[in-house]
Amino acid sequence: MTGHSTYVPKSALARWFESRLPIMGLVHSSFIAYPTPKNLNYWWTFGGIASFMLAAQIVTGVVLAMHYTPEVTMAFDSVEKIMRDVNFGWLMRYAHANGASMFFVAVYIHIFRSLYYGSYKAPREVLWILGVIIFLLMMATAFMGYVLPWGQMSFWGAKVITSLFSAIPFVGDAITIWLWGGYSVDNPTLNRFYSLHYLLPFMIAGVVVLHVWALHVSGQNNPTGVEVKSVPKDTVPFTPYATVKDAFGMVCFFILFAWFVFYVPGILGDADNYIRANPLVTPAHIVPEWYFLPFYAILRAIPSKLGGVIAMFSSIAIFLFLPWLDTSRVRSARYRPVFKIFFWVFVATGIGLGYLGSQPPEGGFVIAARILTAYYFLHLLVIIPLLGLFERPRPLPASIADSVLASRASVGARVAAE
Amino acid sequence: MAANSVTAHSVATGATGPEPTRRDFLYIATGAAAVVATGATIWPLISQMSPDASTLALASTEVDLSGIAEGQILTVKWRGNPVFVRHRTPKEIKEAEDTPLSQLPDPATDQSRVKKPEWLVVIGVCTHLGCVPLGHQGPYDGWFCPCHGSVYDTSGRIRQGPAPRNLDLPSYKFTSDTKILIG
Amino acid sequence: MPLLKSAGLSAAAIFGGVLITATVLAQQPPHAPANEVNSDGHNDPVPPRQAWSFAGPFGKFDQAQLQRGFKIYREVCSNCHSMELVAFRNLADPGGPGFSEGQVKALAADYKVKDGPNESGEMFERPGRPSDHIPWNFPNDNAARAANGGALPPDMSVLAKARGFSRGFPWFIIDAFIQYQEKGADYIVGILNGYKDPPPPSVQLQPGQYYNEYMPGHRLAMPKPLNDGQVDYPDGTPTTVQQYSKDIAAFLSWTAEPKLEERKRTGLRVMVFLILFAGLLYYTKKKVWAEVVH
Repeated sequence: MTGHSTYVPKSALARWFESRLPIMGLVHSSFIAYPTPKNLNYWWTFGGIASFMLAAQIVTGVVLAMHYTPEVTMAFDSVEKIMRDVNFGWLMRYAHANGASMFFVAVYIHIFRSLYYGSYKAPREVLWILGVIIFLLMMATAFMGYVLPWGQMSFWGAKVITSLFSAIPFVGDAITIWLWGGYSVDNPTLNRFYSLHYLLPFMIAGVVVLHVWALHVSGQNNPTGVEVKSVPKDTVPFTPYATVKDAFGMVCFFILFAWFVFYVPGILGDADNYIRANPLVTPAHIVPEWYFLPFYAILRAIPSKLGGVIAMFSSIAIFLFLPWLDTSRVRSARYRPVFKIFFWVFVATGIGLGYLGSQPPEGGFVIAARILTAYYFLHLLVIIPLLGLFERPRPLPASIADSVLASRASVGARVAAE
Repeated sequence: MAANSVTAHSVATGATGPEPTRRDFLYIATGAAAVVATGATIWPLISQMSPDASTLALASTEVDLSGIAEGQILTVKWRGNPVFVRHRTPKEIKEAEDTPLSQLPDPATDQSRVKKPEWLVVIGVCTHLGCVPLGHQGPYDGWFCPCHGSVYDTSGRIRQGPAPRNLDLPSYKFTSDTKILIG
Repeated sequence: MPLLKSAGLSAAAIFGGVLITATVLAQQPPHAPANEVNSDGHNDPVPPRQAWSFAGPFGKFDQAQLQRGFKIYREVCSNCHSMELVAFRNLADPGGPGFSEGQVKALAADYKVKDGPNESGEMFERPGRPSDHIPWNFPNDNAARAANGGALPPDMSVLAKARGFSRGFPWFIIDAFIQYQEKGADYIVGILNGYKDPPPPSVQLQPGQYYNEYMPGHRLAMPKPLNDGQVDYPDGTPTTVQQYSKDIAAFLSWTAEPKLEERKRTGLRVMVFLILFAGLLYYTKKKVWAEVVH
């Protein structure tokens, strides 16, 4: 889809450079001339927003690392010093802490957009799998970052999540001790988490490059799910069309981001994390950050240690196989009336699991979590494959241009009727 | 593709269209806002590296002079750098005061460098490349920098070697006869 | 430019509306759920919501209130509780209690601060300086425990952010949009007014435990710390527990979030700018796409 570049260097110097390193041609073909389906809606701006959030997290994170001390007696105080003494430290810290949440907001929307419009289907399987890997790396990064302030929730979150590995038969305990670098979460753990928390975002950035590369090979999906038939009729050049649209979407997203950073910076966090880590006292309710809650609910829904761990990891790993679990020949939910209903039920399931993950694992909450966990797997393993076989999709438009013209015509007809 | 490129080009330059001036203004305003946004974002990222509030608050050090014998040099830390507090002997004072300004690469009288003649307070950082000079060494029995051989006299003035300036003076005041507050 | 004018006006109207709503909701403590079933299935009363000067998008600390709160901390709380993260100099910082540099210097000099070792290798005490952090009465945690019946009085620096309570569904979503962030302060007021003696007959207390309505589990190792008339207010403010508790909670909200005013002030500028910028981009996008059928 990218094809060879149409970039023509204008000056002699640019020609000299381009013949040695054709980077301007690459930029031109990827971000300027790159043909973008003309019917993309604003759900398609979230990939760009997520990339921006990754960059913002790296920048604010590098800044925070200049002031943070990864040592158990000093970590909490060094974070407070950032909040109190460092110039704009409060801004950096709140932007980073809430930025993690905003990054997940953007990525979740991005993922559900893919699910709705069938963007994971052939020929975009590798693109999708790279996305799942990015999501896994993000989870690891966010988890380790949350440990760094060394409050009560940092410590006990670290303890509980690393203890998941002790569920592995025979070698589990040895692996946990190896992860900790001791017999509990302690200074060696904090130090290695800090090191990895700094490293992983750059690995994410590397996979994002592959993700974008794969995207530019297959081209973007679009709300019709119909492939581009004719570049001049179905697409517009990335710049200025997609650039300005993404920029608008991004700035709207920043308004939400700024609301959290400046007005309610602590609302997504846990009060217990303003208590110094105490290895001898566990908080009454251990709750992970909101973006982990659905998976945490799945973990606790299974009444066996190993079973819970397997269910939790499977709930994400299963997405690696989604391109083959979905047997439908039609991509977009627009033309799949039954799938569309199940999609929204699945969204509700995810939100429901998230709510249950925040509640204590008792009574009705556990039963509800079990039902929703069962449905989660049922949706992905049974409903999705069967729907593709039995559902009768609505007729697809011949091309993107046709679909655009049809919707224009119907709007026009409606206006005329009024 | 080609047709679209042409469209894009004409849109971007605003050469065509019904109201080119309004369109140009809109693009310029949007671009200006983007520049402002970038600047406002970059400023905190730069500012965070300057000394923080706790560092600024600690920028004074009190030194008790009563324990420094004549001829002795006390080194104290101020803002992370050594400060030499030298209790000069009458001989050292005389040598410093009698040196003609014409012999000095960075001319300054001894009186201009001290508040009380017997107490010389200088920042112990060689003005060449930042090493800490050694006391009571060199031909003038002032300081000698081991890194590149700069020689300072008993007033901390540069006499030989690559250093461009005399040893810098911190701001300080006598809070009593035997105490100074640096900073 | 009618285009930009209408864009600016509509953005300003929307943002203004949101801010007014948030301000009003942040000031008024109306619909807190009266009772909530906690995890043990018991009814735990939720501390009543207070009106705070520092709530909402334009919130600012009340300097006189912070000064009164500091007086309570100094005369009462500091007998047991530390304030490790706060330096004397902070008391003169903008957005704080507004003491002058001279007052802070004199105040710091009233405290003895451990320093050293000196030339002979011994630790010594000297008068405090503005750059010192507020010292604690106890040399270490265990000494504090020993003096307080085995319970460690928590450090108070970030206490107002370290305490809270659940308002349940759907409030945890709504609170983000009405900017209800003062749960810690409300909880502190609740605790200071929540002592009941004698306790309800259903609750058995161990020696050294006190009944408190708003404490999770209702058993608290801290005896009722404030009583009417205990601390003098030279400015004529009522010397009641209700007033004391609000003043100390406000002071602790400042120590926990000393950059609150700067944050909210910067936030307003950023929001106004972003909304205008979004408006410009919206019309730019419209112009760019005007000739494309999409």
